[in-house]
Amino acid sequence: MQLNKNIAVSENGFIFNPVSGDSFSTNPIGQEIINLMKEQKDRKEIVKILAEKYATDAAILEKDLADFFQMLLSYQLINGHE
Amino acid sequence: MVMSKPKITVAVSGLNNIDSPGPGIPVIRALKESTEFDVRIIGLSYETLEPGLYMHNLVDKSYSIPLPSSGMDSLLQRLEYIHSKEKLDVIIPNFDAELHSFIKLGSILKSTYNIATFMPDLETFESRHKSVLYEFGVQNEVKVPKAKMIYSTSEIQQVGLELGYPIVVKGKYYDASIAATPEQAVNYFHKIANKWGLPIILQEFVSGNEVNVTAIGDGEGNCIGAVPMRKLYITDKGKAWAGISLLDEELIKITKRVIANSKWRGGCELEFIKSQKGEYYLLEMNPRFPAWVYLAVGCGQNHPEALVKMALGQKVNPFPTYESGKLFVRYSFDQIVSLAEFEKISTLGEL
Repeated sequence: MQLNKNIAVSENGFIFNPVSGDSFSTNPIGQEIINLMKEQKDRKEIVKILAEKYATDAAILEKDLADFFQMLLSYQLINGHE
Repeated sequence: MVMSKPKITVAVSGLNNIDSPGPGIPVIRALKESTEFDVRIIGLSYETLEPGLYMHNLVDKSYSIPLPSSGMDSLLQRLEYIHSKEKLDVIIPNFDAELHSFIKLGSILKSTYNIATFMPDLETFESRHKSVLYEFGVQNEVKVPKAKMIYSTSEIQQVGLELGYPIVVKGKYYDASIAATPEQAVNYFHKIANKWGLPIILQEFVSGNEVNVTAIGDGEGNCIGAVPMRKLYITDKGKAWAGISLLDEELIKITKRVIANSKWRGGCELEFIKSQKGEYYLLEMNPRFPAWVYLAVGCGQNHPEALVKMALGQKVNPFPTYESGKLFVRYSFDQIVSLAEFEKISTLGEL
């Protein structure tokens, strides 16, 4: 999963897609995931980092992350390629 | 040493800065912010309640001009009088309905009075007309929804069968409504024809997101500037009350192709629908700047200034970039006007 080209993310988690003109707000966790994606981390790495940081179950995290990615995909913020 | 900017006088129409605004005031704002000219603005108005008449910080002097239906002779006579008082350098007409007259008068204005304009020739102007837009699309390699021009409601049934429903019912210059049934199409036909006259255009409906581009061509095939925008807030008249500039390489590519193939000369607005499949359909090409042209200035492309430079015979290079993610948000504003001012423009036709 990669953020689409030119997607702008502010320090406050405000996301702007300059191609569609759509803008979104995300919470701090969403912002953290997007920042990890910007650092070219893949899905497995993101799950690992968040599971360690928040001491949570990786399976639940994996499911929540899949939902989040689905949302980003439907808003055309990421491409569907792994 | 500070170099002073050359002083020029530019006449601008479209001072109707109302809920369905003309482009005059945004064009004037752009010119007042010119880094190359010190611009004196002469407003040209058709009605005494056009808000721009009373915006003295933007419009230095105003004159009423005859409606296009009065014919070209009376327009020329009036412009001759205005020129004798104001020594006009450039005229920027901003109404679709007046452009025909101004294009026809363009060469006389230049040769007799040395007043410059920068508009397409009549053939190019007519080629993008709503009624022949489909053919324009074929010539310029851009998709256009199918359309038919009609003069009577009796034609609706046949065209409806050909294009399918819903169908878009459009006026010659302004107005468009989406009809779901032949009965609705008949209603809209009468409503729009009563206001804007015949013909009426029936157009195939394409669903998707509307995206518009304000652009300017040099008449030799070069697109000098182009900024795409998506409406974020739309009024009940379908006008953008807020919008945002987009980064859309495909849209810029299509715009450059249309400007290049048609050798468009002057400002224009291209209205597109981006379908669910990501295909662009040209809905209209308006032959003048849109009312949101000031967004282009905000994005780093002063299109009205570029137009004035080209009108005055100066070489203008295409703008290399623009800023995406810039918004415009309109507002309404109550101006207080003295009765004396209203009387002056109403009785003398000058303010």
